[in-house]
Amino acid sequence: MSSDGALLELQEVSKRFGPVQALDRVDFAVNAGEVVGLVGDNGAGKSTLVKTIAGIHSADEGSIRFEGNEIKVSKPQDATQLGIATVYQDLALCDNLDVVANIFLGQEEISPGPGEATRQLDEAKMEHRAGELLSSLAVTIPSMRTEVGTLSGGQRQQVAVARSLLGEPRVVLLDEPTAALGVPQTKQVLELIGRLRERGLGVVVISHNLSNIFEVADRIVVLRLGKATGDFQAEGTTEEHVVAAITGVGEAGNGNKEEG
Amino acid sequence: MKGEGAATPASAAGRLSFVNGESVRRLVQGDLASARVVLGLVVIWIIFQSQNDRFLSAENLTNLMLQITAIGLISVGIVYVLLLGEIDLSVGAVSGLAAGVMAVLNVKHGWSPYLAIVAAILVGTAIGLLQGSLFSRFAIPSFVVTLAGLLAWQGALLQVLGSTGTINLTNPKITGLANTFYSDAFGWIFCALVIAGFAAVVLFGHRRRVAAGLAAESVPTLVFRVALVATISIVAVAVLNSDRGVPLALLILLAFVVGMEYVVKRTRFGRHVYAVGGSAEAARRAGIRVNAVRVTVFAIAGSMAAIGGIMAASRLLAVNQGSGGSELLLLAIAGPVIAGTSLFGGRGSVWTALLGALVIGSISNGMDLLALSSAVKFMVTGGVLLLAVLVDAIARQQRQAAGRV
Repeated sequence: MSSDGALLELQEVSKRFGPVQALDRVDFAVNAGEVVGLVGDNGAGKSTLVKTIAGIHSADEGSIRFEGNEIKVSKPQDATQLGIATVYQDLALCDNLDVVANIFLGQEEISPGPGEATRQLDEAKMEHRAGELLSSLAVTIPSMRTEVGTLSGGQRQQVAVARSLLGEPRVVLLDEPTAALGVPQTKQVLELIGRLRERGLGVVVISHNLSNIFEVADRIVVLRLGKATGDFQAEGTTEEHVVAAITGVGEAGNGNKEEG
Repeated sequence: MKGEGAATPASAAGRLSFVNGESVRRLVQGDLASARVVLGLVVIWIIFQSQNDRFLSAENLTNLMLQITAIGLISVGIVYVLLLGEIDLSVGAVSGLAAGVMAVLNVKHGWSPYLAIVAAILVGTAIGLLQGSLFSRFAIPSFVVTLAGLLAWQGALLQVLGSTGTINLTNPKITGLANTFYSDAFGWIFCALVIAGFAAVVLFGHRRRVAAGLAAESVPTLVFRVALVATISIVAVAVLNSDRGVPLALLILLAFVVGMEYVVKRTRFGRHVYAVGGSAEAARRAGIRVNAVRVTVFAIAGSMAAIGGIMAASRLLAVNQGSGGSELLLLAIAGPVIAGTSLFGGRGSVWTALLGALVIGSISNGMDLLALSSAVKFMVTGGVLLLAVLVDAIARQQRQAAGRV
């Protein structure tokens, strides 16, 4: 566990929904410039863990440290303000609006002048900034004024990721970013994740697709039945090791807490 | 919540990447839709003119402008509601009630016409706030809330009018709203201001884009747009001047169309209206106060209905038990839909309120000139609405086939 100077660190975090122990004393950390793959079977607690970090659920027990300071995230805005951005699987884009409008949704730039409510949107500034952002991520979109509804799934995912970067976060959580994407589009998105790492961000990727995770992750954390059952360096680990940790069969990684 | 916006990632994944140019898409989806309606309007005008050569006379066209003012103003508010993907069935009744309030306050209670008008508009605003709050706080479908409103406000109008049933308007400030015409010189000055203003907006927008290093429209396109607006303005003023002059009612309608189009297309609030109409969940997660947007939109619809009702009363010189009733509501909704505003939310513009009112007003006016019966009028108007929605639906299917596959 690389806890020296971790950007985001969870210690012994537990979360219970009624009789279900969704998270059971989970330790988890992300460093700057690191991609962590979070894997596990359905109901293993991946989404709960991400939602706990993102402020949708608050942890029952345990501590969360961000840049070395203990933090409390009780609502999504807390996480956003701290610099933790989340891109959910359903992306939450407005299909009827263009790329620029979606990237700036809820954070529109307006022209200077009196009377905020009647002031004009600064479309030129937004389009300029959105263009810079997308080109810095090497995202190709036919036009900044294309309606998002007409884009491919991969392009939509890239727009959603770009939007999450507008507030200059330090950590980005991606929930199933490659689900339902074709091969070339998956490649685009994985390349984008690589560029997030190059920018020095801490990236957490939830995925069911182990080959995607191996392609992009530096470290792979396995959850099983609410417990962290494995923490592997991606290099030198085989899929069999990870599958074993996910299913609970045989040996697990260096964080073994297996009970059979 | 909105069926139209629900492209799943799975279906998105099946699409090949997109080759059509942006300008092509804009033309197919937006400008062409407007062009189609304008073309339809031209066809309607040619048909009526061929049947009765008084149709395109200056006098009749001026009458047409006066006839569409009330419905156009109500439609402006309806456009906002439609952009949310909601409906407001109470606007007709609200327009009648607001006119009734104005008449009672001015005629029976001797209020100044200005105060009576402001009070009437505030009644519309308050009703919109109430209905919008009920809709958003308790998640009652807007259809039901405003249907209840339709009944209740009709009753309120009867209550306000009392036993007399009809109140005649005599105050020149109120009757002047729909019966004032300006001199030829004023008409031309107004025309020059419109052209200069439009050219300035186009030029300023172009400069900003160039300064920001963004792709901008070519100069011939800009010149064409300004020339088009200039031609329409000059022809319109020339026609109106050859009859009674530019009517105040038309200026009021145009001012609201332009102002509310600015709000919906250029301000942060307007952007949020489109966002909520496109995907309320996405808007909520982006930090937009969805319920505040909804309540504001219903308040706008109520206010615009009141303003439309005041203009209708001014033109009729009276408020009676039938004010705001009969087909007014349905035509006010049909207009923007005919002209291209989607019933499913997120797509459309305030401009369609004017265009739709022109189409519906022309049909109604033309059939009156031909002395057709109400029976025929209703059936033809219904047919035109169906045709317009059908054309729109077919265009959407083609767009999906062409742009999304």
